[in-house]
Amino acid sequence: MVTTTAPRISFREEVENLLHAEEGASLVRCIQCATCSAACPVVEFMDHSPRLLIGLINAGMKDEVMASNTFWTCASCYACTEKCPEGIRPADVMYALTRFSLWRDTFDRDWVAPEFSRRFTRTILRTGKSYEPGYAPAFIFEGGFPGVVREMQMALKLLAKGRLPLIPARIKRIRNLRSMVARVMPLDGIE
Amino acid sequence: MTRYAYYPGCSLETMAATYNVSTLEVAHKLGIELEELEDWNCCGATAYSHVDELLATVLCARNLAIAEKQGLDIVAPCNACFKNLWTTNAAIKRDADLADHMNYALEADDLHYGGHVEVSHIMEAFTTPEALEAIRSKASERLRRLRVAPYYGCQIVRPRRPGLTLSQVDDPQYFEELLRAAGADPVSYPYKLRCCGAALMVTNRRAAVQTLRDLLQSAVDSGADVIATACPLCQTNLECYQAEVNRAYGTEYAVPILYFTQLVGLALGVGLKRLGIGKELVSAEAVLKRPVAAAAKE
Repeated sequence: MVTTTAPRISFREEVENLLHAEEGASLVRCIQCATCSAACPVVEFMDHSPRLLIGLINAGMKDEVMASNTFWTCASCYACTEKCPEGIRPADVMYALTRFSLWRDTFDRDWVAPEFSRRFTRTILRTGKSYEPGYAPAFIFEGGFPGVVREMQMALKLLAKGRLPLIPARIKRIRNLRSMVARVMPLDGIE
Repeated sequence: MTRYAYYPGCSLETMAATYNVSTLEVAHKLGIELEELEDWNCCGATAYSHVDELLATVLCARNLAIAEKQGLDIVAPCNACFKNLWTTNAAIKRDADLADHMNYALEADDLHYGGHVEVSHIMEAFTTPEALEAIRSKASERLRRLRVAPYYGCQIVRPRRPGLTLSQVDDPQYFEELLRAAGADPVSYPYKLRCCGAALMVTNRRAAVQTLRDLLQSAVDSGADVIATACPLCQTNLECYQAEVNRAYGTEYAVPILYFTQLVGLALGVGLKRLGIGKELVSAEAVLKRPVAAAAKE
């Protein structure tokens, strides 16, 4: 019996396909020079440096890549992207991987970042605008009780200076905005 | 008279209200008209791009389409808003399929985007040769001898836009030029383009606090009296979490963090209150008095 197997795309191609609206060189161009890692201001908080992560992607090591905290640690400062001698855009690759990990539900439940981005996005789909005080309460417990007290003290000071709004703003045509978004992605995917 | 569609961004209605009022004051003094974008929505910060690329694109496309309807180019005072609007604009302009998809979505809000809008950071509007000349000619001695660390942040320069040279991205000088025009002394320090930690302040506190420490130390080493920012997130992180840096590292930083528009406004004769000075958590009162006192001693 003859069996045929449809050609499968590599993990690198999967990642690159997530970057369709972005420009930049293919990851195959990576020469592992680590300029990206050297430029990164938060590399020491990542379990894999940007260089290593790109190497792992090129090697097709999907599980290792998706288990990494690297892309959720990226602050989007684009220092790597500015410096890459091969024209790769590592910061955009990090964004692509965050999307991939949300869709595939592969992120670690203990990480704050994925939930923060989801919460942020849900707020916008409800009001059209960001509302800073709405995100804080869910996350300040990170610092334990003293952390909560400190955040509350700061909030009170900001309130006294008139810098904290009590009521979230809302755009006028929020219904249209929701219909608009529904034309590019299913709303219940996020809500 | 120069007119722009003004996209304040969400922070300028809340935490960064002082950036908003000082921007409007400076624009007024320079004869630049800022017409607020009608019913604008959030640019998405970094969150939408974490969730969905088309979502991130369509929400910025709506703002671009509204500006096109108003017949004006956009200026944004926030680095992240600027970067998101700029990159979305570029993506739509170079990709006809993406433009079609966006316009299909924009129909839901009776909008259409034909790609006729340009996006600038508000600092670009305030550093044109004409604006700089106007500032130079109108500036008082108010900022004399005030040592200001110009903090560009990230997304005002990165990712690099076509046409910009390496040196314009590696060592831009327009912020310094603007401060000099306003009569202040910009200091030189290596971290003027380094990240403030951005949203990591919420999602990875230790990483953000360390980047802030590096940044504050770099500015303090340069002898800065004050750090001037061009982004509400940079300002909030540097100011609101300075105490947290001090706790974590045993440091004693007390550096006031002002918006560049507050300093320029002061030089142009706008009152402290109208610029929102006095609402900082790290008071700028002492350093804003200092130059005058120091000058008097000589």
